[in-house]
Amino acid sequence: MSRQRDRSLIAERFGTVRQAASVCLPDPSVKTPWKLETYRAGGGYTALEKVLSGQIPHADIIETLKLSNLRGRGGAGFPVGVKWSFMPRSSDVQKYVVCNSDEGEPGTCKDRDIMRLNPHALIEGMAIGGYVMGATIGYNYIRGEFREPYDVMEEAVREAREAGFLGKNVCRSGFDFDLHNCLGAGAYICGEETALLNSLEGKKGEPRFKPPFPAAYGLYGKPTTINNTESYASVPAILRADGNWLDGQWFRGLGVENSGGVKIFSVTGHVNRPGNYEIRMGTPFRDLLDMAGGVWKGRRLKAVIPGGSSVPVMPAESILKANMDYDSLQQHGSAVGAGSVIVMDETTDMVGILERIALFYYEESCGQCTPCREGTGWLYRIIRRINSGRGSMEDLDTLLDVANRIEGRTICALGDAAAWPVQSFLRHFRHEFEDKIAMDRANAA
Amino acid sequence: MSTVTINVDGRNLEATPGEMLICVTDRNGIYIPRFCYHEKLSVAANCRMCLVEVERAPKPLPACATPVMDGMKVQTRSITAQEAQKGTMEFLLINHPLDCPVCDQGGECPLQDQALGYGRSDSRFQEQKRSVASHDIGPLVATEMTRCIHCTRCVRFGEEVAGLLEMGAPGRGEHMKISTFLNRPVNSEVSGNMIDLCPVGALTSRPFRFAARSWELTSNFGISPHDCLGTNINIQTLRNCVERVLPIENAEINECWIADRDRFSYEAINCRHRLTVPMIKRAGAWEEATWETALTHAANGLKRLMDNGSAAEIGGLATWSSTLEEFHLLQKLVRAMGSDSVDYRLRQCDFRDDDIAPPLPVSEVPIRAFSDRESVLLVGSNIRKEQPLLALRLRNGWQTGKTRIAAINPIDHDLNFGTSHLLIAPGNSLVSQLAALASAVAGARSMPLPPEIRRIADKHRLTDLADQICQAGGNGLVVLGEAAQQHPNASLIKAIVHWLAEAAGSRIALLAPGNSAAGALANCQPGEGGRNTGQMLAGGMRGFILLGCEPELDCMDGKQALSAMQDSDFVIQLSAFRSESVMQYADVLLPMATFAESSGSYLNCEGRLQRSRAAVTPPGEVKPAWKILRVLGNFLGCRGFDYMDLEDIETELSPRTENPAPTFRLGKWRLEDMIEPGHTGLTRLSGMPMYRGEATLRHARALQSTADTPAPVIRVHPDTLSELGLKSGEQALLDDGDTTAQLPVKEDPRIPEKCIYLPSGFAESAMLGIHNRVSLEPLDGRQG
Repeated sequence: MSRQRDRSLIAERFGTVRQAASVCLPDPSVKTPWKLETYRAGGGYTALEKVLSGQIPHADIIETLKLSNLRGRGGAGFPVGVKWSFMPRSSDVQKYVVCNSDEGEPGTCKDRDIMRLNPHALIEGMAIGGYVMGATIGYNYIRGEFREPYDVMEEAVREAREAGFLGKNVCRSGFDFDLHNCLGAGAYICGEETALLNSLEGKKGEPRFKPPFPAAYGLYGKPTTINNTESYASVPAILRADGNWLDGQWFRGLGVENSGGVKIFSVTGHVNRPGNYEIRMGTPFRDLLDMAGGVWKGRRLKAVIPGGSSVPVMPAESILKANMDYDSLQQHGSAVGAGSVIVMDETTDMVGILERIALFYYEESCGQCTPCREGTGWLYRIIRRINSGRGSMEDLDTLLDVANRIEGRTICALGDAAAWPVQSFLRHFRHEFEDKIAMDRANAA
Repeated sequence: MSTVTINVDGRNLEATPGEMLICVTDRNGIYIPRFCYHEKLSVAANCRMCLVEVERAPKPLPACATPVMDGMKVQTRSITAQEAQKGTMEFLLINHPLDCPVCDQGGECPLQDQALGYGRSDSRFQEQKRSVASHDIGPLVATEMTRCIHCTRCVRFGEEVAGLLEMGAPGRGEHMKISTFLNRPVNSEVSGNMIDLCPVGALTSRPFRFAARSWELTSNFGISPHDCLGTNINIQTLRNCVERVLPIENAEINECWIADRDRFSYEAINCRHRLTVPMIKRAGAWEEATWETALTHAANGLKRLMDNGSAAEIGGLATWSSTLEEFHLLQKLVRAMGSDSVDYRLRQCDFRDDDIAPPLPVSEVPIRAFSDRESVLLVGSNIRKEQPLLALRLRNGWQTGKTRIAAINPIDHDLNFGTSHLLIAPGNSLVSQLAALASAVAGARSMPLPPEIRRIADKHRLTDLADQICQAGGNGLVVLGEAAQQHPNASLIKAIVHWLAEAAGSRIALLAPGNSAAGALANCQPGEGGRNTGQMLAGGMRGFILLGCEPELDCMDGKQALSAMQDSDFVIQLSAFRSESVMQYADVLLPMATFAESSGSYLNCEGRLQRSRAAVTPPGEVKPAWKILRVLGNFLGCRGFDYMDLEDIETELSPRTENPAPTFRLGKWRLEDMIEPGHTGLTRLSGMPMYRGEATLRHARALQSTADTPAPVIRVHPDTLSELGLKSGEQALLDDGDTTAQLPVKEDPRIPEKCIYLPSGFAESAMLGIHNRVSLEPLDGRQG
């Protein structure tokens, strides 16, 4: 009971704000939204029932998703409908749907709250995905630290199975679909989809070289689709379309061109009200910052990392002009990423921040590819040296050069993710690094 | 098959669609640097050294993992490509020790070579280099893991080729390290290939360590005498000393691998037990002698026997690692003296089918076909330890899903592939289960089963396996391993296999140890009236000429062999090594050259004749065995021993060597009576550990320290062990009726119940008979 109360409290306090429509995060006024009965009272599982009734061709569901402009919420932003259409429909082999709940991107905490507060939306979304793509087994790979969300998911899966929404003969439709939750072991790299598959198979979490892509050779070598938690959890609401069944325009209209619908942004850092904000795509950053109560302590904004530590940092003047959607952030030199907005006020030490970020990638590189294994450690050590007062101006050139030699040279995107912060910090805040080095030199002399 | 055209560095190249770019460039002589890529291993694409520029690709792509597409334009030396390659090289070197002068890989190191082409002359890395602890992974492979560049070739080799996941890459990022799990040793019988695969000095050869630099060594083509493939080896020498052995790639035979047995057996050549001068025993005391004296002594001894009318009681025994020419001269010499008793089949005990036996112990399918069989039936074969490279081929077929492998073995051997059917058949049940299988095959083919087979078939219903074998037809293979050949009822096994293969349409492969096929080709076996190994060892022989063999260790029944030697009047041993036990019964020791010191021919199991040339001249007074036998022939005044050189012998043999037919069918079908053990109770199972079966191997130091040379212990099934009132690790008394031995026991669930397994090839086990009733009891006689 106390855990349930905590969860509600957090839902209220942790600024879980919905701006437009309830898609992934439940209405904060609803008590115990994670319970099956609560979810059903709000129209939950009607989409699955309708889909399974057999009236709707699979292609229509995929078309709806394409029209809705739902883009993958894990970071890459690949259109979900298109991804689902890659799965071979006809073949008789076992297929899998996998949910990537290994939410490890620093600054992100949206999937955790979806699982804690709205687990049935995820289950329903995955079951629909399983039906559309002909997969009878789903795996939800949950970040190792997410013990509590794992327990909630386990309970929700049990409820859904008892109610006939999972297992053999789902909703008496003849379709079998079962879902298993798996807890990771604390590796950021397992959020990379092919490393996740390896980890699910019980192997070391190392990304696989692509091609072949998972849709052709995925889990246990079988066709597999992997989507982010938020992507799956969005599907039921998109199909329900607020009463206009299968109207993809509904979701699309909530957002802007090329960025459909609403999306959760996890706002953290130097704001008054950090939290998860499910807002329309295309909302100006200024508005999001206002929702989060503005920069704390009355200070000025210095910089924002808008999509988690892997995307380039944006200086205040640039982010304040940007809107929270894929095109606008890209135009301003960054990306939506996983939607983790890290806000930094004017007192922030950018050298220190970069050292922390570099340490993260150094610790989390899987070690498979040479540039990332050797380069992330090198980056970290140079920045640490600069930050501890033993840097030189040449170090900055070396830093940039090392980052450039990691970027685009590795099997997975972790190498890029390690390089981009270094490149963007030096692009926008090189003067801070130079000042630090010069000051340390002067002090030493 | 259709082809595509790609353009690499301005050249148009033909390629197969889907082929990886690096295969195309390699074939066309365009060099792309690489570390992790190896044509025999899966693509890892982790070293990032082979990055090249591909038109319309946003970033450089790894050539090892980029499939070619029609019209693809590739630049391997453009600024983008070189920048990427140089970038990777810098990363590889920042944490790699730059102490090539003290690294054993120096001079033959891909990292060193490529650093010259792609590295910087200075280092921008100011931080502290990483150092990694190394663990002892066994007597063959030395580790220095600070040098490791994490290409994972060794890991992939173990997992994919050898079939043992011994090396792994625990740890993440910079903390990832290549090691065995829980610091266990590497026990694979092909582990030495990891040394060749390692592109840096992380895994090096332990016996060769710091012995020489690669550029000082001279390479010599050689043939391994230790397997039936005729593995091609590179015998590398320095100042007339064999320093190491490497594989020579031969796609038809050994691909690019060699077994540890081939790689490390050279250590025996330089061992301190080498016999380097002729020795004769006078009045019970050994003395060194000149060749003249020793040969005179030897010839006189033989002449004495001949003059006494005992010429027919002179026998010749040859080790299976002898060359064709040596086999030939031994049989010629023995026959010239008036005897017909000569044999190379030291470990065979059932010779009843000699009159109908196939001419050569060979395989009816070529070596490369071992990897594309539909069905394989192993009969009494621990192929992984007997013929490791053929086991790799079988594993390959099994891995690709092409081959289904079944086994009827006395022991549940640890094979490196999965079996569709595994029948454990100790003792005579090997014959009766095989007969049951023949019966099932007869059923599947609706053919009448010979009543002789029906009479001995046991109750096993093997229709499923019979269907598997029959469906494969000509794509099926039955492999007769050493346990089948050494079986007391081997002739029954061969006859049933012959019938079964005829009925199912299968092919047969008899995998005899080493160069045995050459022994048969040279007719180094008894003619009519001559005695075979079994008859010679049964007693009654007056003299022996031993070619490279130590009968008490090489023969199946060491006890019987020893007494046969002791009972004879005159024993000449041609040997590379001094053996204490041989010196107790021999009269003349003639120092002979080892495989690396002597030229000669080897006939492999597919009937391929290969010639090996001496890589070094032998030490001291040592001579190649063929020269010793030739001169001995001269001393005895035998005709036809006036060869000038090896070519003369080859010419003499040429009518036989021209077309050795690789068939293995009996001349006439007949089933002998089953020899029953004549006792109930414990059955002693025996086998030759892979590094004990021949004198050279027994003197190879590092091989003797591996897990494949276990200390002689009695292995017993846990249930049988507790029934006997024994515990694992205890000493027990083994009694074979007239000899007892005190040995430790060890529980081993792979041994069938009511059996004990004691390996041959050790002094401790040689003194025990093998066919007798054995009993095993606690040392102090107490029960329980």
